[in-house]
Amino acid sequence: MTVLAIADHRRGSLRDVSYELVSAGRQLADATGGDLHVAVISGNVEEFGEKLNLTGVDTVHTVENGEEFNHDVYAGAVEALYDEVDPTVLLMPNSVNGLDYAPAVANALDLPLVSDAVDFSYDGGLTAIREMYGSKVETTIEVDAERVAVTIRGGEWPAVADTGDAEISAFDYSPDGDLGSRVLGFEEVAGGDVDITDADVLVSVGRGIEEEENLELVEELADALGATLSSSRPIVDAGWLPPNRQVGQSGKVVTPDIYLAVGISGAVQHVAGMKGADTIIAINTDPNAPIFDIADYGIVGDLFEVVPELIEQFE
Amino acid sequence: MMKILVTVKEVAEVEDDFEIDGLGIDEAYLEYDLNEWDDYAVEEAVQIAEAGDDVEVVSVTIGPERSEETIRMALAKGADRAIRVWDDAFESVDLLDVAAKTRLLAAVVEKEDPDLVLTGVQAADDGFGATGVSVADEVGFEWAAVVNELDLDADGGVANVRRELEGGVEELTEVDLPAVLTIQTGINEPRYASLRGIRQAQRKEIAPMSLDDLGFDASALDSPIALTGMSEPESESDATLFEGDAEETAAQLAEVLREKGVGAQ
Repeated sequence: MTVLAIADHRRGSLRDVSYELVSAGRQLADATGGDLHVAVISGNVEEFGEKLNLTGVDTVHTVENGEEFNHDVYAGAVEALYDEVDPTVLLMPNSVNGLDYAPAVANALDLPLVSDAVDFSYDGGLTAIREMYGSKVETTIEVDAERVAVTIRGGEWPAVADTGDAEISAFDYSPDGDLGSRVLGFEEVAGGDVDITDADVLVSVGRGIEEEENLELVEELADALGATLSSSRPIVDAGWLPPNRQVGQSGKVVTPDIYLAVGISGAVQHVAGMKGADTIIAINTDPNAPIFDIADYGIVGDLFEVVPELIEQFE
Repeated sequence: MMKILVTVKEVAEVEDDFEIDGLGIDEAYLEYDLNEWDDYAVEEAVQIAEAGDDVEVVSVTIGPERSEETIRMALAKGADRAIRVWDDAFESVDLLDVAAKTRLLAAVVEKEDPDLVLTGVQAADDGFGATGVSVADEVGFEWAAVVNELDLDADGGVANVRRELEGGVEELTEVDLPAVLTIQTGINEPRYASLRGIRQAQRKEIAPMSLDDLGFDASALDSPIALTGMSEPESESDATLFEGDAEETAAQLAEVLREKGVGAQ
């Protein structure tokens, strides 16, 4: 069977998931001795095309059309490539941009869609593993159809790095008529008062803190430890801390010496931003919280009891 | 006059300790609530209605009778009326399939003919994150996924949005109306329903819609996608867990922190 994988890039660089899509695609293609096609749409496709000439890739399709991602261009180009390549499995990234075109493409091509897969196999139909209820359970999803569209979660498959001997082929596509959406630019979330990516020690606070006025407690802890305060998403969503304090997929990626997670469950989006810390310490009431899977040290307990004791230790 | 359709979903939240019963989580460990992302979508729609003249906000859900409580929450926060799609035929399906949900919601969109459809980015339970964009394709609307700022220019026929990309980068995009926007948490501060709002919501209409009302039969729910297994992920933890009461565990942690040079004056 043939697999078609769509690379992800932004502002001049291929994103990591592009290299992971190659190993995920190769895994499926191998199951049936088939070919893996990779396509890259928009941007510097010549450079991207060469970078995607990786072990396991048979053909790289390059679609020249503007600099940046536009979902109308992507949807149209992927549908045209689908007709050309005739793949059994269409693989796309479960990135923010992936979520902006994959569902439209699956609907237009009448393909069943499995999003956010963390593992899969193919035996006449796709069987995928995906999480539900905020990573509390893993589910098996079986697709009773020959063809399927899948988006894969980043960081779940190994990245392929070795150069291969793929054929690189330009694919001619241009959208019909005017585009219904226009990307006008990009903006970095403001830097603000501190750069949490510079900190050696981070005390990071999550939903477990419950109320805004309780933030004082973790601020006090950060002061006692000489640490910088950061947070998980819900704290920033609530407006209790500014966006420059947010660690995670949509916030900052941090690599401090010590990361002390207080009342943070460790959702996959958060972990993406802090798993590179040297030492991870977690304080959480839930012994099953995923944060303990990546922690080096942990206290299963109530932060409102533990944190004051910890502050006292450093006074 | 302008019409905004907001899709909402009642989702099950799972307690920290739970048990799996067959292909689902034991009901005893579930609590039902309005999907967090949808709460922001409702708030966004209500704010647009409050800022403009003659804007109608209609909320739609696919869900059993129990979910009336959830959709009434949207009404209490300021939606004008609601639609609840349900049918006995739903009892026996998981409705995980984006295509099946798309068929149903697209039919509602075609009936209501809104200028703008707001959905949450994803549902907290199954987390497919796909329905909004899929519906847009089905009804021929424009769309934008993962929107964390919305500036509507109804007269100009466009929505100016910011899409929250990974790594603290936002994309500024202009989207033609009518459009489906999937709303990210943090775009606004969802209000608590006031007592007055809750009282008013009791009198607002929740129109039931069956498959038949939408022009379908039970085959509209046919799906090639089936959930065939559910398990708790194996804990991969090799963390050193400190034992004892708060004072004891804090003292042990403090020792580790001091060894690593933390708190040294």
